[in-house]
Amino acid sequence: MNEALINTLNSLVSNATPLVIAAIGETITERAGVINLSLNGSILLAAMVGFAAALATDTLLLGLGAAVIVGAVIATIIAFSTIQLRRDQVAVGFVLTLLAAKLADFLGQPLNSASGPSFSKQPIPLLADIPILGHIFFEHNILVYFSFVLVIGCWFWLFRTRPGLAHRAIGERPEAAYARGTSVNRMRYVYTAVGGGLVGLAGASYSLSIKIGWPSIISYNGDGWIALAIVIFAGWHPFRVLLGAYMLSALRAAASDIQKSSLNIPAELLNTGLPWILLIVTLILVNTGQIDRLLIALPARMRGRFQALLKSDAPAALGERFEAS
Amino acid sequence: MNHTPRSLGLRLVFLVLPLLVALFVSAVILLLLNQEPGEVLRQAWRGAFGNERRIASVLNYWIPLSFAAMGLVITFRAGLWNIGIEGQMIMGAVFATYIPLYVPLPPILTISLSLVLAATGGAIWAVLVGVLRNRFGVHEIFGGVALNAIAAGISLYLVRGPWALVGNNNQTPVFPRETWLPTISDRFGVSQLMLILLVIAVLSIIFLMGRSRWGLQLKATGRNRQSALLLGVSVRSVSLSAFILCGALAGIGGAHRVLHTYHYLLPNVAGGIGFLGLLVVMLSGFHAAIVPLVAYFMAALSAGSTRFQTLLRLDPSLIDVLQGILVLTYVLFSGIQDRFFPRIREGNEEMKKEITTNE
Repeated sequence: MNEALINTLNSLVSNATPLVIAAIGETITERAGVINLSLNGSILLAAMVGFAAALATDTLLLGLGAAVIVGAVIATIIAFSTIQLRRDQVAVGFVLTLLAAKLADFLGQPLNSASGPSFSKQPIPLLADIPILGHIFFEHNILVYFSFVLVIGCWFWLFRTRPGLAHRAIGERPEAAYARGTSVNRMRYVYTAVGGGLVGLAGASYSLSIKIGWPSIISYNGDGWIALAIVIFAGWHPFRVLLGAYMLSALRAAASDIQKSSLNIPAELLNTGLPWILLIVTLILVNTGQIDRLLIALPARMRGRFQALLKSDAPAALGERFEAS
Repeated sequence: MNHTPRSLGLRLVFLVLPLLVALFVSAVILLLLNQEPGEVLRQAWRGAFGNERRIASVLNYWIPLSFAAMGLVITFRAGLWNIGIEGQMIMGAVFATYIPLYVPLPPILTISLSLVLAATGGAIWAVLVGVLRNRFGVHEIFGGVALNAIAAGISLYLVRGPWALVGNNNQTPVFPRETWLPTISDRFGVSQLMLILLVIAVLSIIFLMGRSRWGLQLKATGRNRQSALLLGVSVRSVSLSAFILCGALAGIGGAHRVLHTYHYLLPNVAGGIGFLGLLVVMLSGFHAAIVPLVAYFMAALSAGSTRFQTLLRLDPSLIDVLQGILVLTYVLFSGIQDRFFPRIREGNEEMKKEITTNE
């Protein structure tokens, strides 16, 4: 493998990290039956606050902590207003995504283009020495490693532990979960806040690792929506979240390559339009079952496995209110 | 449901109370920022009704905002989240730009054709969202967000590429003077044509929603798709027609931005007015008749933001924040109100918001 390609793959992994973290956060929330639609704004505000806190205290960890709190607070507002006040999740989420973005603009002004601390690469000993893969996956900063752990941990939690089973039940059949002694609404608060905290962390991983500072993240504005779509594409499954985020990151890299090779495709259209067109196409494929048709082309033995991998069912009680009666 | 008739006064109180609470919260925030809320309100009032020039600048913001918001009333009532409204405005502006720039026609033809084109452009962009939803099961929020980004890409490409002004890659050339929308007077630079169109739009939407069979089907669809379907409503065509109407209105709003406000096309031509429209409709409790008033209030804040800056050293982006907080407080407080006085709301079918509650 040539070095340039390996380097590209390396930066692809690191650029996809915020998307992975945010989409896993949203997966945790939606698995519990709550939709947090505020991702785009939450990420922006958390990115700004995280950078500001890290700058003021000169401590990266405090920056991360502040960002996590921002994300968790916004998510808790959504949980409160939908569980306690019976407001529509979409309405509250949408207002919050606008409001958080505007707040970030307003409060972030003093920061304009200040330089500050950022995470540096820390290759993992031994693992980084593996040929090719070592360089692609294990020469990053700790946020990237955290995203690996997060994906595996989230999968293990959801599908291999007892509380994880209850977690999924809250989103699938809250009545049944309630009957088995889970306090549905309390756990929805918890998972919404945890998911929101991760969304906040994703914000900080933009401003403290990928595009350091504020408001440089603006070029990634829209990623919150992309993360929400990745969750759907992924069928609420952590491994496919990772896959979706990496694919999107790869497409972005490809788009900027095409642009450089001057294939006469307008850069504006390519940069702003392409990820979204692909996103829509993917959602169409997932939603209309076209993927099943594509699978027929595969040999029969592999088909079943791919089908299981590509199956995409939303948690049955997603977005529905639960009231113990 | 047992309908308990309540006095009109009580209904009004419950309609207005969340608004007052929202205003109160905004005032507290201003106080925290060392601002005199009364002074801000007085300046906003002066800005909104002070003199001809100021009223005109508010109206020029209000007109596209109201077009968008009135369109959104339709989609909201059909139970649809038309977040793609911003892109629909952009496409309206893009479509309205072509004739003034490239086709020399008599002014009357230019203006009327441009408006028709703008409505078409907005409608096409909205139909895409509708088709993605109806045929392909892509939720209108994702369709909308994606099409917003693509519309922004298209306008950016046109402004930088084929339609660029030589030596400036942020706008097209200025339209010829005679294609500008005529205004009431030089001092009062408001387009009477647009005002008339808007009044017609507002009245027909209020009529359509309240008195027509289509409006009934629309509301039935919004309240409960399944039972509307069982009642024989063609849910798909109703929601598609809602998208078309909303897109067309948004397109005309977008046309106002290029044919009157700027007289050229620029990348961020809609300027968040579409999103603000969503907030306006939520703050109006989804009532068509209240929308123009709330829109005027929001327009006065937005159009006055530069004045606030010079007079009160209030940051313009604070206005955006306040608008968001206003709507959030409104939504939350109306929730608290429902929680503690459920029967009062229940007795009032019209006020029961099918969208803000999760049926």
